[in-house]
Amino acid sequence: MLLVLLASFIGSFGAVFLKSGAEPVRQGLKYLFLSQRAPFFNWRLACGVGLFLLSSYFFVLGIRPPGELSVLYPMVSLGYIFTLLWARIFFGEPLTRVKFYGLFLIVLGVIFVGLGSK
Amino acid sequence: MQPETKLSTAASNSAQVSEKPVRRQPVGLVFCCTILGAAAQVLMKTGANHITQPGVLGMATNLPLMAGYCLYGLSTLLLVLALRDGELSLLYPVIALTYVWVTVLSFAIFHDEMNPWKIVGIVLIVAGVTVLGKGGKR
Repeated sequence: MLLVLLASFIGSFGAVFLKSGAEPVRQGLKYLFLSQRAPFFNWRLACGVGLFLLSSYFFVLGIRPPGELSVLYPMVSLGYIFTLLWARIFFGEPLTRVKFYGLFLIVLGVIFVGLGSK
Repeated sequence: MQPETKLSTAASNSAQVSEKPVRRQPVGLVFCCTILGAAAQVLMKTGANHITQPGVLGMATNLPLMAGYCLYGLSTLLLVLALRDGELSLLYPVIALTYVWVTVLSFAIFHDEMNPWKIVGIVLIVAGVTVLGKGGKR
C-alpha cells in the first residue's frame, strides 16, 4: 500500500517535469525528432519519463498479491491531488472551484471503480 | 480614436493567430492520450497472458507487450503536447478516463465482471472530466 502511495507520489512529480519540459516544444513534433536539441537533451522531459517508469515499477510491486486493487486505486487517485498542489506551487496555476468539483468527482469515481474490482 | 483602437486590437489578434495557426485543444489531446493508454494496458494484459519464457528475453520477444509499451510512449508524447498549451492542474485528472476505457475494454475483451460499483465509478469519472472540460474551455 505504501509502495502504491509512493508510486502515485513519484508519478505526480513525473507530470510536473513533463509540464516544465513541454515549454520549448514549440515547433510541434518536429522538435521531438529533428531538432538539434532533441528530447535526449531536454533533461526535464527525460526526468518526467524516467519518473513515470519508476512510478509504474513501484505500482506493479504494490499490486502483486496480496495487494488489493480496491485499496490501491484510491491511493493512485491521491496522485491527482498531489499534482493539483504542485501545479499551484510550481506553475502558479489558479485553483478554481471547477477544478475542485471535477477532481472530487474523479477521485470518487476512481474509488468506486476500485471497490468494484475486488 | 475608436476605430484606431479597434484596428490595433484586430492587428494584435491576427498576430496571435499567425503565431499559433492551429488552435490546439489540450483536453481533446489528453482524451486521445487516455484511449491510447487504455489500449496499451489491454495489449500488456494480452501479452502477460501469453508469456512463454521468463526473463527479459521473454518480454522483449512478446509482441503484444512491446506494442503496449510503444502505445504508452505515444500517449506520453500526446500528453507532453497537451501540457505545452494547457494547465497541468486541469489536464492531469483527465487521465483518469483511462480507468473508464480499461474497465469497459476488460469487460468486453477479457470478460471481467461488471458490477454496480464499477458503473457508478465510471459515471462519476465521466462527470468529473466533463466538469473539467467545460471549465477549461471558457
